Amino acid sequence: MHPGQSLARMRSSLCALWLLLLPLLVVAQQRVLPLDQLRSGLHFAGSDVRALQADEFGNPGQLALQRGEQRWSEAVGPASKSCFQCHGGVAQSMRGVAARYPAVDARSGRLLNLEDRIAQCRQVHQQGPALVLESEDLLALSLYVTRASAGLPLRVEVSGPARAHLLEGERLFMQRRGQLNLACTHCHDQNQGRRFYTDALSQGQPNAYPLYRLEWQKLGSLERRLRSCLVGVRAELPDWGALEMRQLALYLGWRGAGLPVEAPAVRR
Amino acid sequence: MTQARLLLPQRVAPGEVVKARLLVAHPMETGYLQDLAGKTIPRNIIRELSCEYGGRQVFRVEPSSGIAGNPLFEFCFRAQFSGELLVRWVDDEGRVGQLRQSLRVQPAA
Repeated sequence: MHPGQSLARMRSSLCALWLLLLPLLVVAQQRVLPLDQLRSGLHFAGSDVRALQADEFGNPGQLALQRGEQRWSEAVGPASKSCFQCHGGVAQSMRGVAARYPAVDARSGRLLNLEDRIAQCRQVHQQGPALVLESEDLLALSLYVTRASAGLPLRVEVSGPARAHLLEGERLFMQRRGQLNLACTHCHDQNQGRRFYTDALSQGQPNAYPLYRLEWQKLGSLERRLRSCLVGVRAELPDWGALEMRQLALYLGWRGAGLPVEAPAVRR
Repeated sequence: MTQARLLLPQRVAPGEVVKARLLVAHPMETGYLQDLAGKTIPRNIIRELSCEYGGRQVFRVEPSSGIAGNPLFEFCFRAQFSGELLVRWVDDEGRVGQLRQSLRVQPAA
């Protein structure tokens, strides 16, 4: 047989294989990481950081939890409504909620992370003073709500209106950027567990946010952590609250689905 | 707003040496760092922190800017009687924080 002929046949059979696989890829996107290989960032942390997170008194996140608890029951706005008056205690009403975010808000159709959702509730239902992204009060409330999901597996919704956001998030994860020209996937898929200077490269899992980072000396959101990574590869930073950060967070949530929520968590 | 947590043992015998753990919410700004907008944050650390037990000082510290934010202090003292612990601290901005907590000592058997 002529070599060109066999090549053409091979090419057409490959094409046929693709056509067969394509609907599968679109309908049920396969896991990137198998469930039993998921590792929280805690796995890559040093023993002192792990000890601090496990210390129920000394964990600095406890201070934020205390603050969050106060904010939860505090009446604000003209109607003098507190979170507690509508929702009751977090242990029941907020159980599992943090594990579902980011999620598409049914009313506005926007993709919101947990902090956005809390800030929106403050604005729409309490009509109180706005909770600014990354403010201590908003992070404290977010941690307090997340605490009610501690130990429950991440399970973000990726069908329906969230589908397009997930795909965009995946694209962002794979996209090279910055002066170092690296994508998230280069460190966190291809080189996870290896050393980057003195740090072990984690899987980039979102299961413990908002968390206390020793570098920050305070609580910070997943968005702030992602911005740190962008600074690390010397990429342009999107504005605070940018949709692309939520899409990336949604992809991370899907990629880490099944990993138990940690709160309050500590990282270096 | 000032905030702190103090952990004391639940059951204390008279004369026992007890360990107190104290976690204080404070940014401990060194004066060398910038905020998210790139503006230098002025130095603000706890100048002095002390703890009185029944009116007597049992612990005093003057932290430097080398101490981390939200510092955790541990100290020991001899618990002779049931009484109140009063923790007070003041920072570079002149803000005063305070925490009171009572210690119960079991009556001698």
